[in-house]
Amino acid sequence: MKILVPVKRVVDYNVKIRVDKETNAVDLNNVKMSINPFDEIAVEEAIRIKEGGKCDEIVVVSLGPEQSKETIRNALAMGADRGIHVKTEHSPEPLLVAKVLAKIIEKESFDLIILGKQSIDDDCNQTGQMLSALLDCSIGTYASKIEIENDSFVVTREIDGGLQTIKLAKPAVLTTDLRLNEPRYASLPNIMKAKQKTIDEVDPADLQIEMQPKVVTKKVEEPPARIGGGKVDSIEDLVDKLKNVSGVI
Amino acid sequence: MSILVLAEHNNEILKEATKKAITAASKIGDPVHVLVAGTDCANAANDAASTEGVEKVLHAENSQYKNMLSEPISELLIDLMSEYDYLVSAATTNGKNILPRVAAKLDVSQISEIISVINGKTFQRPIYAGNAIATVESSTDKNVITIRTTAFETAKESKSTAEISSIGIEKNPGLSEFIEEKVSGGERPELTSAGTIVSGGRGMQSGDNFKLLESVADKLGAAVGASRAAVDAGFVPNEYQVGQTGKVVAPELYIAVGISGAIQHLAGMKDSKVIVAINKDDEAPIFEVADYGLVADLFDAVPDLDKELEKIQK
Ligand SMILES: Cc1cc2nc3c(=O)[nH]c(=O)nc-3n(C[C@H](O)[C@H](O)[C@H](O)COP(=O)(O)OP(=O)(O)OC[C@H]3O[C@@H](n4cnc5c(N)ncnc54)[C@H](O)[C@@H]3O)c2cc1C
Repeated sequence: MKILVPVKRVVDYNVKIRVDKETNAVDLNNVKMSINPFDEIAVEEAIRIKEGGKCDEIVVVSLGPEQSKETIRNALAMGADRGIHVKTEHSPEPLLVAKVLAKIIEKESFDLIILGKQSIDDDCNQTGQMLSALLDCSIGTYASKIEIENDSFVVTREIDGGLQTIKLAKPAVLTTDLRLNEPRYASLPNIMKAKQKTIDEVDPADLQIEMQPKVVTKKVEEPPARIGGGKVDSIEDLVDKLKNVSGVI
Repeated sequence: MSILVLAEHNNEILKEATKKAITAASKIGDPVHVLVAGTDCANAANDAASTEGVEKVLHAENSQYKNMLSEPISELLIDLMSEYDYLVSAATTNGKNILPRVAAKLDVSQISEIISVINGKTFQRPIYAGNAIATVESSTDKNVITIRTTAFETAKESKSTAEISSIGIEKNPGLSEFIEEKVSGGERPELTSAGTIVSGGRGMQSGDNFKLLESVADKLGAAVGASRAAVDAGFVPNEYQVGQTGKVVAPELYIAVGISGAIQHLAGMKDSKVIVAINKDDEAPIFEVADYGLVADLFDAVPDLDKELEKIQK
C-alpha cells in the first residue's frame, strides 16, 4: 500500500498574528512558520501504518514557496520516504490544491491519502473533501481512529454529537482530527537521514491546471476587540453582578 | 438567485443550525428551498415548510440518506444543483463534510463559515482562529457556502406553509457504509444552541471533577463544554470541545473554569455575551477577555458558586 500525505507550511499555532492596516493583510514578516498541526498528525498516522507493516511507501507533497521544502523535510525526518514539492508563489485555494493533488495521484496511484482536517491559517476545512470528489473515491473526515482491512478502511470520526464509525472502500481520502495520535519528535539521526531523501520538484504549469483562484480576498481586518479584564472579589460578588448588572442568570 | 439549503434534522424537527442557515440564505437572495433528506423524516419536512423564508421543501426519503454519509448526499446535491445558484448549509460536521465535495464537482470554491453577507458575491469570514476577518469575493455563478451559526439568528416559524415536493433519485455510489454512532446526548442542552455554557479545562484534573460543573450547569440550565486539553486527557468526550477546531459558541453566559485561554480556545467562545473566568493564575490570558474574572482555586470557588446559585433559586 502507498500513502500520500499532503502537508502545508503555516504560521505556528503559538503565534498570535497581527493585521497590517496598510496592506490590509496578515503580517507574516518574521513570523515563525511550522507544519500545519493536523498535517503532522496525518504524517504520524501514515508512519504508524507503515510501522504496522501495512504500507510500503509514504510520499509527502507540499504546495507553496521554496520554504515549503522545510516542511517536507520535517515530515521526512519523522519517517516519510520521499517528497514532492509543487512550487507556487503562495499557497493556492483548496480547490486548486485538490486539483494539483489529483494530477499527482493520476501519475502514480495511491491507496490512501491522509490530510489534515483544516489548516490553521485559512481555517477552510475543504481540501480532503474536494480531493475525494475529484478522485470519485470515498471520504472519511475528522478521523480519530483508522483500521485497515483488506480492501477497505474502518474509520471512527469525531462528529458534533459524538463518534461515528464508517467503512470506506479503497482507495480513500481521510482527514485527521486531534485525537488520532500524538505526533513524534524527529530524532537527530533521522533529521540527518532526511537530508538524503529525495524531494522531486513539480512545476504546476506542467500539470495543465488553470491556477486562477475563483475566490479572492478583498481585505483583511482585525476583529472588533473585546474589552475584558474585569475582576470580582468573591463568588457572592460574581453572582450579584451576573444577576443584577448583566442580567444573565 | 435560487438557493438550496441542506437541512439537518432528527426526523421530527430541523436542527437549530439549519434554521440559522435559512436566515443566512434569505440574506443572500430568494427563493430559498430546503432539502430534507433521510428516512421517516416527513415531520422534519413539515417543520422546514413552516419556517420563515422557506419557499419550497424538497423531501427525499431513502435509506441511503439516513446517516448523512457524504457520498450519497453529495450525489443527490450535485444533481439538484443544476437548478440552483447557491448551496448553503450550517458549518456543522455534516455541512463541513458534505459541501466541499459538491463544490469540487461543480468546479467552484467553497466559502467556509461566513459571518456576514455583504452582497450575493461578497462575504466575510474569520481566518487565523478568528484573529482576522477576511472579506472575500467569489467570481463564479454557482456558489457553495457554509455559515457560522453564531453569526445568524434562528429563522422563526412562519404563518404560511411552503409547498413540499417529494423527490427521489436512486444513485448510491456505494463507497461507504455506516457501522455505528456513539452519541452521548442526554438531558442537557446542546452546546451550540445553549444560552449558558459552563466549560472546564485541564485545571479540572479529572472527569469525575466535572460533576462539580454539571451541578452548576443544572442550576443554570446550561450545557457543559471543555477545552481541548480536558478532552485529550479523557475527562470528557470529544463533542464537548469548544474552540477553533471544535465547536464555536456564543451563549449569553460562558463560564470558563480552569481554562488558560489559548488562542484556539478563545476562537470558539470570545463572541459570548458575558464571559466569566475562574482561574488560580491571575495572569492567565482568559482574564483578558473575561467580563468577570475570579482569581481563585476552582475547588473552592465552584462549590461556592453552586451553593450561591442554590440560594438564589429558592
Ligand atoms: C491544531 C490545534 C488545535 C487546537 N484546537 C483547540 C480547540 O479547538 N479548543 C481548545 O480549547 N484548545 C485547542 N487547542 C489547544 C490549545 O492550544 C491549548 O493547549 C488548550 O486550549 C489548553 O487547555 P486548558 O486551558 O484546559 O489547559 P492549560 O493551558 O493547561 O490551562 C489550565 C488552566 O487551569 C488553571 N488551573 C489549574 N488548576 C487550577 C485550580 N485548582 N483552580 C483554578 N485554576 C486552575 C491553570 O492556572 C491554567 O490556566 C488546539 C491546539 C492545536 C495545536
